[in-house]
Amino acid sequence: MFRYIVRRLLQMILTFFGATFVVFALMFANQDDPIQALAGEKPVSDNVRAVLTERYHLDESFPVQYWYYMKGLLTGDLGRSMAGRDIGEMLSGAWPVTLKLSALAIVVAALIAITAGVWSAIRRGGFFDNSTLLMTLLLLAVPIVVLAPVAQLVFAMELRWFPATTTARAGLYDLLLPAVVLACSVMATQLRVTRTSVVENLRADYVRTARAKGLTPRRVTWVHVLRNSLIPVITLIGVDLGMLMSGAIIVEEVFNIPGVGFNLARGIRAEDGPLVVGFVSVLVVVFLVVNLVVDLLYAALDPRIRYE
Amino acid sequence: MSDTRSRSLAGDAWTDLRHNKIFWASGVLVALILLMAVVPSLFTSADPAVCTLANQNQGPSSTAWFGYDFQGCDVFARTVYGTRDSLEVGLLSTLLAGVLGLIVGMAAGWFGGVVDAVLSRLTDIMLGVPLLLAAVVFSGRLSSPFEDGVFAVTLTLGLLTWTAAARVMRSAVITAKSQDYVAAARMLGAGPARLVFRHVLPNSIASFIVVITILLGTNIAAEATLSYLGAGLGGDAISWGLQIAEARNYARIAASPLVWPSVFLAVTVLAFIMLGDAIRDAFDPKLR
Repeated sequence: MFRYIVRRLLQMILTFFGATFVVFALMFANQDDPIQALAGEKPVSDNVRAVLTERYHLDESFPVQYWYYMKGLLTGDLGRSMAGRDIGEMLSGAWPVTLKLSALAIVVAALIAITAGVWSAIRRGGFFDNSTLLMTLLLLAVPIVVLAPVAQLVFAMELRWFPATTTARAGLYDLLLPAVVLACSVMATQLRVTRTSVVENLRADYVRTARAKGLTPRRVTWVHVLRNSLIPVITLIGVDLGMLMSGAIIVEEVFNIPGVGFNLARGIRAEDGPLVVGFVSVLVVVFLVVNLVVDLLYAALDPRIRYE
Repeated sequence: MSDTRSRSLAGDAWTDLRHNKIFWASGVLVALILLMAVVPSLFTSADPAVCTLANQNQGPSSTAWFGYDFQGCDVFARTVYGTRDSLEVGLLSTLLAGVLGLIVGMAAGWFGGVVDAVLSRLTDIMLGVPLLLAAVVFSGRLSSPFEDGVFAVTLTLGLLTWTAAARVMRSAVITAKSQDYVAAARMLGAGPARLVFRHVLPNSIASFIVVITILLGTNIAAEATLSYLGAGLGGDAISWGLQIAEARNYARIAASPLVWPSVFLAVTVLAFIMLGDAIRDAFDPKLR
């Protein structure tokens, strides 16, 4: 296990540098004239331009600018947005509500996906199974950019079951509709993986043994089979996180939830380069760390992984 | 992977597909969407760029089936014409991703060793960046010099989405190259180029095609998402994502400018995903 952890850690460090390099290079390649963008339509005096160029190291070469970016990222200093706000502070202010939203989304997705997945695996080929398969196909096909505004229109504005927008101090119920929309982006894959995994496990020898011992079918399915079937579903969490992050940008923008995605969406609209790059870099790091944890968890649960 | 039977695999797959209702349904849908993208004037006589403010937010009528949007533009005409940019971005970016994935995957799988190590780490790194996050950084500023942004978004999506295809191709090539028929061909004196293009490639392409078909659907959705966020198409481009973004603000007054582009987008993505699903079922010997 130790060797696996070390190898996986080294891999992650490499990926971290590579991925942040990609993000920075993309931003650098697109850099037009950030100082003019800051000033908007107003002219910028040579004095101000010189000071700002100095402060943001704009006249430095690519490697030097990358060095400053990396140093800032590693010391937790994300710099200032084009509007002059501290990006680290914005991020820590926006974080809690996004965490709440995505945690709720994960719970909703897992509850529905696992229950429906097990159910359709038991009644394979039946009506429920076929209709859930059709549902997952639909879920895969409807992007969040469609789902979020339409759900808001139908359930919040017309039916008025949920509030249409929320604040930073949103309660769980306020966040339920956005969380369900967000959950839809990951539910389909989770459901399909659960179903396949349960179907395979139902044929396993230990299930026959458990049945032979006289255990109730309910106990066999929901305790013995489910526990073994969830291992592949766990690895999905890492991948899902990327989907949730992307989805959160849209969902938070639509439902006016002042979280990370909301700020990012505003940064994109305002062409605020430092803000977008700062937020994206942190999100990429979170994504990598969570994937590392998930991989280690997976290796701990399934010994075969460690000895590949 | 039983790619050993690939010669007949394509034939088998076709026999399978011919009897698959889902394949025909999604195929007809895809054909219709393609036709709409190439000759939109076949479907509507209205000009999507001519908008009369007097018609603002008017409901559906016999002249404008889906009504008018906030700017007084014909929603049906704009939705139909929106197909072109969406498909153009989707097809071209998938083509680019496919070519990149094919080259990287084949090189990594065929050469192995150092080449494989470097290319596989590169793939890992690209997978470490969630697509949408990288795309917003990349295409946001890039789109201005190219006006409508079709080129920028295509380039962005193409450069960021080749990883899955490369991985699939790599493992398929590794499986195929160790097969007996490759050894036999080599012993018969076939050169590396002949080995790769006559023997390994045809036998490892099946799963690659499936990944690409599904990628087509997701890239179309990604374009709409980027356009919605303001980091995609812009200028005088007509895009479902842009339509949704604008209509959302007036959804309570007029729902149809929001609903119809959404429906078209979802149906298009669904058609491509279903087509990919059907092709996968036909090509996967385990499912027969």
